[in-house]
Amino acid sequence: MKFIFDRDTWQEIYGSIRKNKLRTGITIIGVMWGIFLLVVLLGAARGMENNFNKMFGDFATNSVFIWGQSTSKPFKGFQEGKRIRLKISDANYVRSEIKGIEFVVPRNQSQGFVVNKFKSLTTGVYGDFPLLDKVQKKNLVYGRFINENDIKEKKKVCVINDDIYKQLFDKGEYPIGTYIKINDINYLIIGHYKNKRMGGGPQGGIHIPFTTFQQVYNQGENIGWIMVTAKPNVNIVQVEADAKLLLNNLHKVHPKDGRAFGSFNLGDRIKKITGFLTGMQFLTWFVGIATLIAGVFAIGNILLITVKERTKEIGIRRALGAKPGEIRRQIVLESVFLTMIAGALGIIFGGFVLMIIDTMWGHGEGAALVNPTVNIPVILIAFITLIVLGTLIGLIPAQIAVSVRPIEALRDE
Amino acid sequence: MIKIKKLHKSYPVGKDFLHVLKGIDLHIKEGEFVSIMGSSGSGKSTLLNIVGLLDIHDEGSYYLNGQKIESLDEKKAAILRNKFLGFVFQSFNLISYKTALENVALPLYYKGIGRKERQEIALNYLDKVGLKDWAKHLPNELSGGQKQRVAIARALVANPKVVLADEPTGALDSTTTDSVMELLKDINDEGMTVFVITHEQEVADQTDRIVTLKDGVIISDEITEKGKKTKHYV
Repeated sequence: MKFIFDRDTWQEIYGSIRKNKLRTGITIIGVMWGIFLLVVLLGAARGMENNFNKMFGDFATNSVFIWGQSTSKPFKGFQEGKRIRLKISDANYVRSEIKGIEFVVPRNQSQGFVVNKFKSLTTGVYGDFPLLDKVQKKNLVYGRFINENDIKEKKKVCVINDDIYKQLFDKGEYPIGTYIKINDINYLIIGHYKNKRMGGGPQGGIHIPFTTFQQVYNQGENIGWIMVTAKPNVNIVQVEADAKLLLNNLHKVHPKDGRAFGSFNLGDRIKKITGFLTGMQFLTWFVGIATLIAGVFAIGNILLITVKERTKEIGIRRALGAKPGEIRRQIVLESVFLTMIAGALGIIFGGFVLMIIDTMWGHGEGAALVNPTVNIPVILIAFITLIVLGTLIGLIPAQIAVSVRPIEALRDE
Repeated sequence: MIKIKKLHKSYPVGKDFLHVLKGIDLHIKEGEFVSIMGSSGSGKSTLLNIVGLLDIHDEGSYYLNGQKIESLDEKKAAILRNKFLGFVFQSFNLISYKTALENVALPLYYKGIGRKERQEIALNYLDKVGLKDWAKHLPNELSGGQKQRVAIARALVANPKVVLADEPTGALDSTTTDSVMELLKDINDEGMTVFVITHEQEVADQTDRIVTLKDGVIISDEITEKGKKTKHYV
């Protein structure tokens, strides 16, 4: 391996590259483009994934929402079209009977006309348990979320999100401890949270204790919908089917009646999106590697032409005592050198473009690609692949260079 | 130095074989200055290629410096070429993107000699052929005669046993021909075995011994007037 560190070896390589500057440059661009694409696409895919994770990071994604609708089949003496409403007891049954469940969160919703001094708006008001904070993490700016005590004492307190805050309060005003009127009833604001509007189900607004909601809106045991969260690695589609079957049974609905309960399977949706992301990553690798191979072949091709052009020179060298191994070695090294230079340039260039993407689309609320990066091991793997491919492809012109007998090579014009 | 016995060589031409060398016997002693003459097709280039280990003979035997040449692979041939032989070609065969000095130093590179030493030796030989001032010039900046002198320096630089010159003056005018022949004579005077192929009588006359080939056999082998004065033939 001594020859790799030999100045003369590199001088020889430099000499032959210098002779074909333009062609070498164009060839290098081929490989550079390949690895550039790989880096940028992988980075962008990663950015999308990060963005996605950021959006759903505060959300228990392995979950399904279930609500009551009306039946579509007559069963046990009931006509079709029977209205179904979920009860608190249903939530408890689901929690205790279905395997693999982490949380079952019952929720209620109603419209509310909200007033603070001279500002007002209409928004959704939710009756919630403290558990909601576990499945949809509330990033509280001030105060706290609803707690067990609020539930027990049916307190008239509420937690508002940033949108509501912005519409009801002046900028910089401290909302905690002030009262707002919801449908003419005063509620004390105990928390103010900031969340992106993401995830399934009806969206935020104002949360009041579940029990308070029951009382104020006269709901009794009725609930709007339940949010069922399965443990990680539990098939959420199965959980949804099991829960619905159980509910059909509890509400005396025909087991094959698919309309009695509506549902939105967030876990399934997200799985589809992550599947798409994985697919995109695969595609990225495929395109990147394919381009890389094409680029390496271009290098092989160019070396082949160079070798043909240099037949006579190689003949002279051999007449002067160059061993076939030395000729071969030099051409392979030339190939590896070119692919390495091209690879390094591509990686640098790709990294640079990712930096630009990051500064342009990677920050702020509407960031499309968050932190678009490529792991160092991935880069190393790509780089090593490149070197291996460069060596292999260099062997072809190298073999051709020495397969011509020196006497024929010398005759070549 | 070179001992050839009943050497045969034929090339396949379609289904037939073209018998180029038909039993050559030749013995060249160390320090001789020999020219091979013959018209084109007489087999003189083939003979030189075999002597120069660029080609393999079919039959007969060939000893170079006492070593029998047979079943050589390319690697061994390359080592022997580097060690024993220096080539001078009709078309100079200098590497166009290397300077005169680098061209001369190339055989030393393949011999495995270090860079500094290589350049020193090469510069010495360039000086010897009178081109020290042209060391940094590329071949296309040199005249034909200068190129051939660089080639001769390159042939000598690895200190070979035999210098093989294939029509060394074929691409030169008469004045430069004389100067190149003068140079070869000087080299020979220093004890180097020189083996020249030519079809020019004037060139052959400046050597010590003329071997004439015709249709693959030697038809005459005689000592020239000049040769009769040298120690080999007295």
